[in-house]
Order: sequence, then structure tokens, then C-alpha cells
Amino acid sequence: MAYLTINNLHKRFDDHVVVHDFNMHIEQGEFVTFLGPSGCGKTTVLRMIAGFETPTSGRICVGGEDITQQAAQKRGIGMVFQSYALFPNMNVTQNIGFGLKMRKCPADDIKRKVAEVIKLVELSGKENHYPHELSGGQRQRVALARALVVEPRILLLDEPLSALDARIRKNLREQIRDIQRRLGLTTIFVTHDQEEALTMSDRIFVMNQGRVEQEGRAEIVYTEPATEFVARFMGNYNLLGAADTQRLLGLNINGHLAIRPESIHVLDGHSQQDGTLAGTIRQHQLLGNIIRYQIESAGITLQVDRLNRTASDLMPAGTEVRLQISRDDMREVR
Amino acid sequence: MKSTSRLGAWVAIAIGTLYFLLPLIATFEFSLKMNRDGYSFEAYKVVLADPGFQATFGYSTLMAVLTIIVGILLVVPTAYWIQLKLPRLRPLVEFITLLPLVIPAIVIVFGYLKLYNSSSWLPLTGNERATDLLLMCSYVTLALPYLYRSVDAGLRAIDVRTLTEAAESLGASWPSILLQVIFPNVKSAILSGAFLTFAVVIGEFTMASLLGRPAFGPYLQLIGSNRAYEPSALAIIAFMVTWAAMGLIQVFARNARPARKTA
Repeated sequence: MAYLTINNLHKRFDDHVVVHDFNMHIEQGEFVTFLGPSGCGKTTVLRMIAGFETPTSGRICVGGEDITQQAAQKRGIGMVFQSYALFPNMNVTQNIGFGLKMRKCPADDIKRKVAEVIKLVELSGKENHYPHELSGGQRQRVALARALVVEPRILLLDEPLSALDARIRKNLREQIRDIQRRLGLTTIFVTHDQEEALTMSDRIFVMNQGRVEQEGRAEIVYTEPATEFVARFMGNYNLLGAADTQRLLGLNINGHLAIRPESIHVLDGHSQQDGTLAGTIRQHQLLGNIIRYQIESAGITLQVDRLNRTASDLMPAGTEVRLQISRDDMREVR
Repeated sequence: MKSTSRLGAWVAIAIGTLYFLLPLIATFEFSLKMNRDGYSFEAYKVVLADPGFQATFGYSTLMAVLTIIVGILLVVPTAYWIQLKLPRLRPLVEFITLLPLVIPAIVIVFGYLKLYNSSSWLPLTGNERATDLLLMCSYVTLALPYLYRSVDAGLRAIDVRTLTEAAESLGASWPSILLQVIFPNVKSAILSGAFLTFAVVIGEFTMASLLGRPAFGPYLQLIGSNRAYEPSALAIIAFMVTWAAMGLIQVFARNARPARKTA
């Protein structure tokens, strides 16, 4: 039986339905991500799990216990907020120890546990600092420590990295994943950043307009998008309609054809290989380790990624090329 | 052009300052003339030694302190709840808290006398302690515009919702959230409201006079109608008390850490 089970969860604000019939099963120790654009309902689901919003209908169970109507204080679910939500009047030690104090833990236990978790999040030496004396990354680590120290049944992370700069975000996401694995903590992470979702998650729930568009292991969601929305959201997929697919590839499909930019091979313009398409490079973008080309073929512009190995790899606009796309790399989506 | 407008500003400031300070200086100067031989603080000595002054000032101070305590207990949870759960009611609550500025104190006190007279179902004018309670409640009403605005501004400067949710997720009860998370973070706003309330209550005349209670306001009026120099000394003392309260607001506002929506 799954550790966290959500059945037919529904949330309506006045006339606006924010979450439609949401179902989910999470095993203990799993790291799951809700991925989707702003307003897709991912934070609302998280807030219903935390107990900050009451579902219009549906059930939430943790470890077999129905917590749907339980107060947030009683759920034993930790939460890390995007805005850190540290108590400005308390220093690092007091912030982290707050939850233990509320649980009436003995002072010695509080001291020991706070010291352990401060070490875990690498904040030693900052014990007496107040939130306004810390950097964004340090504040978020205090918030993480504060949520971890009470040993929550489930840890909820609501876009905890989005207010941080790129370098700190990368370090912190590795640190969060490492701590989660070490503690075996059931974790739900909310983000709109697909890279964050792919690098951190065991499973991803891609959400759109209050519904789950696709759910599955990170690598599956990325390589096998089920819908046009997922294909657009997960990467820079080339999405061809039925008419364009017929014109470019001679295939008859019903929905859309999704082709990943890195799965299109660019060959020399004089290549005589069978099954290749003629194309012309219109422009390129240098994205560090890859070069992203806009290549026109049969009047259709395709996005193609190539590894940026040497400076001579770069092909200027106007270059005639041949494109090779394997049938296995074409995916029909709804 | 620029220097002309600057000169105009200084002239306006000088006129304003003189308009404000001249009567005060004149009052102060007059209060020092009790002795025919020259300037002295004789009027102040007489006033401070007067048992009536001590009793009424002590009474008003006590009423001010009680008003502040009751006002804070009423306003902070209300403003917090409005901000957290009922933001749509904010215009209504703001309107209600502004009513004491619109409705004259004499109208309010006559309303009280009508509602709580000795033949009513709640005879709060029946004995002295009950009338003290009624007076304190009326002072809370008078202080509402100042106290509510200060506290509301303080609450808007912090992210009340997220701080509350963070505390809830850590297992804090509502009293703990209010006392350990919300109160300490709006402390300077509460103190500002409290000092304003103190200044309002110390000088209040209408309510205390019509309810027949021995407060500082009616004492000022009584002395003013019977003596020459002492009323001036009392006026200066009352101003000093008010200024001290205003000064303390500035001190606490300056010492408060900059407001942060997210900490």
C-alpha cells in the first residue's frame, strides 16, 4: 500500500476549479515533483496536503490515516516555502528549534537535534545570526533545517529554489536531494523548472490547468511525452501538426508528432544517405555545451541541437545540410 | 528660480513654527511669572504638590495603561485575522475604526449613558468601578483609529500568511503563533499605537467629565477656571507628556529593523 494516497482531489475557489480529480500514490522515501506552469494547480495540491487549504472533495491519506480534515498542526508534514518564511525575530538556532519547542521537547534534546541538523545543512558558525544577516541560500538552508528537525512524515518543498541565483540553486538542489536520500524522506517538490524536476525527481507529475497531463519516471516523461503540452513544457521539442508531418516526412498521423532537437542528426549537405531531408541553416544560438540551430526543411523550421565540441563545429547561416531522423525518435502525441 | 522657491519654503516653515511655538512660549513664560520677584517654577511646584494633580494624573495614567492593554488584546488579533482570513472585510473594519473620529465624543458618551444607565439591563453607571470600566471601554473606542492603523501597517510589513503557515506546519497552536511569531514582529507598530493611545487618554476631557470620573482632563479644566498661573504650568506638563509619547514612538520606529516581507 502506498504511503501517501490522494484520491479524486478537487478544489474550487468560487466558480473557478483549480484542481480537477487529482489522484496520486507515493511510496515511502520517494522524491516526487509536481511540474507545471504558474496557475496549473501544483501549489494548491501541495497546500491541501499540508493542510493550508481544504479540498472541495476527495481524500488524502498518509500511512493509511485519513488526514483530509486534520489541522495543519497535527499532520506532521514539513514545508519549505519559496519565500523562506523564517521568523525575523528569531536567530538561526531559535528558528530551527521552534518546531521542537512547540512539541514540548526537553531543552537538551532540542539543543542536540538543532546542532545535528545545523551540521547537516552546513550552517555551522551561523547559529546566532538573524535571518536578515544571511544570504538567500543560507536562509533557505535554515528553512530546510527547520522543516527537517521535527522529523516530518512528508517533506513539502514549494519552489524553494526559485528565488536564488543559478549557482546557489544548483548547489542547493544537490544538497536537498542528498539529504533526502540519506534520511529516506518522502518528499514532494513543486517547480516550474523542468531541469530541476529532471535532475532531482524519482517521479514527475506534469500538471496543466488543474489536471495531471502525465506521470512517470523522469527519463520516461522526458523521452516519451504523452501530450502536446508535456512535449512543449518538458523541452524544446519540434512539434509538427498532421499536415506538416505529411509534407516533411510523408507520414499520416492524427495528433502531433514530437521530435527532440538532439535526436535529429545533421549530415553534410552532399551526403547521399537514404531517408535524409534537405535543409538550410537559418540561424544558430550558442548555449554553452550545445549549439542550437534553426534549420528549414520543406518550408518547416526545425530546432536541432548539436554538441559544441570545437569551434569548427559551428555551421554558419545559409549552410546546406541533410537531416536524418530515426523513426524511433518520432513520437506521436495527443 | 530655485533659490526663490527655497526661500519661500523657509518662510512657510518659519511662519508655521512661529504659529505653533509662540502660544507655547507665551504659555511657558506666563507659567513662570507666579512670583512677582521674577521668573520661577513656583506654579509647577504648586501643581505637582497638589493632591488633586497626583490623583487625577495617576488615575488617567492607570486608565491609559488599561486602555492600551485591552486595545491591544482587541485590535491585534482582529487585524491579524482580517489580514489572514478575511481581507475582504478590511474596508469595513477600517470604516468602523474611523467612526470615533467622525462621531463627536459627546455623542458617544450620551449613547453610553442612555444604554448603560442605572435602570438599563447592564447598569455600568451604577457604581464607580463599573463606570471606570465604561470609561476604559470608551477610551478603547477613542483609541481605535490610532491603534488599528498602527497595527495594520505593522502586519502589512510582514508576510503574515506565510509566517503563520510556517508556524502551523511546525505544530504551533494559534496562541503560540500570535504570541511568539506575530506579536514580536509587530512590536514597534504596537508600541507606536500604544503611545498615541496614551497621549489621547491623558488629555481626554469629554468622556471623563460626563461620566463623572476624576481624570486629568476634567482636573485641567477645573484648575483653568479657578487659578491664573497653574493652568499654564499644567498645559506645559500635558504637552511634555504628549511629546514624550511621540518621542518614544520615533525611538521605537527607528530601532525597529527594516520591515521585510520575506525574511
